[in-house]
Amino acid sequence: MEGFAGRAFRWTATGAGALILAVLAAVAVFLIIRAWPAMSARSGELSEKINWFPEGQSLLQFIGPLVWGTLLAAAIALIISMPLSVGIALFISHYAPRRLANTLGYVIDLLAAIPSVVYGLWGGLWLIPKLQPAWAWLADNFGWFPPFAGPASDPPRVILSVSLVLAVMILPIITAVCREVFLQAPVLHEEAALALGATRWEMVRMAVLPFGRPGIISAAMLGLGRALGETMAVLMILSPGALYSLALLKVGQQQTIAANIALQFPEADPLGVSTLIATGLALFVITLVVNMAARAIVARRKDFSGAN
Amino acid sequence: MKLSLHRRVGAVALTGALAISLAACGSDNATGDAATAGTDTAAASDLSGDLNAAGSSAQESAMEAWRAGFQATNPSVNVNYDPVGSGGGRTQFLEGGVQFAGSDAALSDEEIETSKETCVGGQAINLPTYISPIAVVFNLEGVKELNLSPAVIAGIFDQKITNWNAAEIAADNPGVTLPDLAISPVNRSDDSGTTKNFTDYLASTAPDAWPYKADGVFPVAGGQSAQGTSGVIQTVQGGNGTITYADSSKVGELGTAKIKVGDAWVGHSPEGAAIAVDASPRVEGRIPTDIAIKIDRNTTEADAYPLVLTTYEIACTVYADANDAALVKAFLSYVVSDEGQTASASAAGSAPISAELAAEVQAAIDTIKAAA
Repeated sequence: MEGFAGRAFRWTATGAGALILAVLAAVAVFLIIRAWPAMSARSGELSEKINWFPEGQSLLQFIGPLVWGTLLAAAIALIISMPLSVGIALFISHYAPRRLANTLGYVIDLLAAIPSVVYGLWGGLWLIPKLQPAWAWLADNFGWFPPFAGPASDPPRVILSVSLVLAVMILPIITAVCREVFLQAPVLHEEAALALGATRWEMVRMAVLPFGRPGIISAAMLGLGRALGETMAVLMILSPGALYSLALLKVGQQQTIAANIALQFPEADPLGVSTLIATGLALFVITLVVNMAARAIVARRKDFSGAN
Repeated sequence: MKLSLHRRVGAVALTGALAISLAACGSDNATGDAATAGTDTAAASDLSGDLNAAGSSAQESAMEAWRAGFQATNPSVNVNYDPVGSGGGRTQFLEGGVQFAGSDAALSDEEIETSKETCVGGQAINLPTYISPIAVVFNLEGVKELNLSPAVIAGIFDQKITNWNAAEIAADNPGVTLPDLAISPVNRSDDSGTTKNFTDYLASTAPDAWPYKADGVFPVAGGQSAQGTSGVIQTVQGGNGTITYADSSKVGELGTAKIKVGDAWVGHSPEGAAIAVDASPRVEGRIPTDIAIKIDRNTTEADAYPLVLTTYEIACTVYADANDAALVKAFLSYVVSDEGQTASASAAGSAPISAELAAEVQAAIDTIKAAA
């Protein structure tokens, strides 16, 4: 028999869980309803009525490059931050002396608390001018690799700069999750590996990383989620364009969905707002797909994980 | 289970981020010190009620100053200004949602036609309330001033003239050492009145070099761009060899260009802007109290600086409600008064309209009345 307190707690917990689903559903419904005027507009109507809408394009042709820019910026951010995060997390969980590990963990968590607009200001005002020589060097020496084709723009308000700042922004959350997962690696496995004569690196490779893989993927998806939706930092750093471009060092090539919404919203008329919300719907769908993909990957490797 | 919880939190955080991004609203002007408009003249009036307006976000800081100054003498009046953007403000006004609108562009003929319904038998009129000179701003080491003709400016912003040592630039600047450096033109990435007036200037003065029409969205892709006046200025400061166009009050320490007017080179100044506006004709086919100005970009008037933006308040000639009419008249009269013009000049860095123009605008305001 459950007591009153037990029942009350059960219902509160159930309610809290249901609330999340309700909020998610409400957001989806809101997006679809508000985006409908743009989605149902006859061809040509959008470019005719909305000042910034490219001439002669359909809604999908408009959203396409934005989706590309969003995915590109987030993917590069993830490529930069993943090795760093896993490295930091391993250092904290398996290499650093305890006191240093505690301090370092605290500092990393602190990074996560910095608002994104501060990262945007820092990136735009301080980091951007300092990146120019580095990007110019990259273009001079690796220009044969298409993404690094030059000349590097000055000031470097380019997608690579954005991704670098995004990488710093998502570093803390990825590191924090990885660290927790690595700390849970079964001590018996680790000791067994060491007893068999493995070096510490071999132990990490054989006992810790395989155990932590679902956690690492989960952490990566969390970080990717934040990078996909990041607005202010992108808005303040990037010189936008609307191309399916791989050029990482040139301005006026790509733009992300969230930054475009914030950019155009202040002067948008009702149909313009509806168009922007349609792009928001696309972002929402991307996020759902990313999360579901991550869930599928983690589920497939469940047998590895003792944490689940 | 732990991990799946993380993912749900992630999903909620994302929807939150989306909501925030929708709400993120840009305003490119730092709000000035609204208190400077305070006044100790005149006893409190007997006007009361709400005066609602919407429109240009660039007018926001001027409007702050006007509201503070106006409410000092009219404490029972609530002035609300919603900086939704010029287009949004005009739409709201034409739908009867607000009593007047602030706009970087005058109403079009169609919009005037629509307004006849809203303005119960009257119609909407455009009243210029301040002028912003637009400066051509650049960051070039050791160079503080350049002579740039319209065709050269057009070539630079159309990405046809790509190096600072180009012959076209050197020809107009004898004695200036121009570096061998790539030009990075910077434009506004948002839809803006500044861009519209800048492109109108280029289209009118250099049609051969600038094959685009006037537009609030910059027509050339692939260049540097940033949001708002502060954004483009910051971008220019952050690079070497950069050039942009921006409200002249935000230029700071950067170099500015003298533009070619007739045969003379003229730098930006509030006085030059006012001269250019006064030398310009009205938009044709409007009633006498509709003071929509068609800036004559090709003016040859001495000392005129025709690269300017005029901002308008848009009001009805007839209001259904007598109190609405009284409030609009009182507020707009304050705006064009010396006191109101000084307040906006110090808060927004704008150039005041000339005394003659102010008198004409005041005469137009005086004709606003309530429906019989």
